[in-house]
Amino acid sequence: MAVMILAMLLIGIGMAASVSERYRVLVSIHRPLGIAILILVVVRLVNRLFNPAPSLPATMSVLERFGAKGSHVLLYILMALLPLVGWGMLSAARYPIVLFGGLHLPPILPHNLSLYSGLRQLHTVLAFLLLATFITHFGAALFHGLVRRDGVLESMAPSLRNILQSAHRDRQSHE
Amino acid sequence: MIRVHEILSNLAVRWALIGCALLCAIILFGSVGGWWSPQRLTQDRMAAAFLQVNGPHPGFRLNHAKGVCVTGWFDSTGEAIAVSKAAVFQVGKVPVVGRFSLAGGMPFQVDKPTAVRALALQFRPAGAQEWRTGTLNIPVFAVNSARGFYDQLLATAPDPKTGKPDPAKMTAFLGAHPETAKALSIITKRSISSGFFDSTFNGLNAFRFVNSAGASVPVRWSFLPIASLPTEPIPQSTPADENYLFDALVAQIKRHPLQWRLMITVAEPDDPTDDATRPWPNERRQIDAGTVTIDQVASEDGSSCTGINFDPLVLPNGIEASDDPLLSARSSVYARSFTIRAGQVHEKPPSAVDRRAVQSGTTP
Repeated sequence: MAVMILAMLLIGIGMAASVSERYRVLVSIHRPLGIAILILVVVRLVNRLFNPAPSLPATMSVLERFGAKGSHVLLYILMALLPLVGWGMLSAARYPIVLFGGLHLPPILPHNLSLYSGLRQLHTVLAFLLLATFITHFGAALFHGLVRRDGVLESMAPSLRNILQSAHRDRQSHE
Repeated sequence: MIRVHEILSNLAVRWALIGCALLCAIILFGSVGGWWSPQRLTQDRMAAAFLQVNGPHPGFRLNHAKGVCVTGWFDSTGEAIAVSKAAVFQVGKVPVVGRFSLAGGMPFQVDKPTAVRALALQFRPAGAQEWRTGTLNIPVFAVNSARGFYDQLLATAPDPKTGKPDPAKMTAFLGAHPETAKALSIITKRSISSGFFDSTFNGLNAFRFVNSAGASVPVRWSFLPIASLPTEPIPQSTPADENYLFDALVAQIKRHPLQWRLMITVAEPDDPTDDATRPWPNERRQIDAGTVTIDQVASEDGSSCTGINFDPLVLPNGIEASDDPLLSARSSVYARSFTIRAGQVHEKPPSAVDRRAVQSGTTP
């Protein structure tokens, strides 16, 4: 999902700047990928209701805990809100919301240019906020994995667990 | 592996690694967004060129700024079903919303016979996918790329000293774009009809039609006027009137519907699909897809077509983009123009052909 969001942010920034052939390709990926992320966010939120987040190490300060929890709440809000605002702004502009070939989504807002304009600006602001949160999240993950080495990165990305643990063992055997 | 871990045991190296990763992420985003390449054509730079050439006109389209809204319907003959599965080509009647306009970003430009006329249409089949298209009364387009369009726009910009385009810039532009020089020789030789009602509007860009069997063919399309319709003398205002083309159009539509035949031209294998400056040979297969009838006209102010971006890539299943680079260029810049004007709705002054002009249009 992190890869999808990273791809989405890159595609979004790329297509808003492009006038080349790339534009058409990027737009055709951006719309279905955004809806896919919206669906996955809902699945994740339901999952989170039944499976609480892994606990944070005791070494983290109150402020760090607040930052970690707060950035997660912000990430979830942005991940859900960006596709909804995107869908809403296309609706207000009466662009067809094409997923694949014959599959279109219905508009969710009335045809209104001022409404479109407001949502279009909101989409950009939220996207850059998500980009900033994403980069901070990425930096914090690396900080936990490389500087603190407190197991937080492993809980964020379980696939890294084996690599990081073997590195950890290796380091201890050398010290 | 051991060496890597030895290096990683140094705290400074680990911090540096984090810094590098974050910097890389920012550089990646910046390069995708064109932040570090000022030469790259972006939507912002294209929009800025329009503003530079035409000045600010809040609430109006960046190009084709002067126009009127129309509505009507399309009667499909069903003959295009053989090449396209698009719902719009099924036998029957489809409502259309359209806009007649003049090329250029000046919303109050004076109508001139040589001004390039345009017809944009949105076909809205009930319960099926819509189709939007923009067409011009010229036989080929003057440029074949986004760069060509941008360079032409700047080359035709009025010089701040003389108020007229600098001929030296135009010569330099044509030297760098021989395709435009060739296209202009075709465009300037065209015969110009008296008004919108008897103009042939050509799609110019190539698209691909896909039929229900999955077969795909390159096509272009045109709207040919059925100009035999007016049986009474057409009220013609003199070209001295600044809106003479639009005033005549309004008066004609109010008297009787105007009609165009939608002709689809099917390409042969060697016909260029990626170059709108090159015509296809005249003897190509033509399909009579149906007739567009326009029976209502309204000022842009608060009317149906104003909220529509006639994006050439809003296509139904059965019509696809070709490899013509102008399609992406038009779609992206139209989208930017639409976004800009949507934010200026409340600043927009009445259009040149305002409500009063349309209301009093029966007696120009």
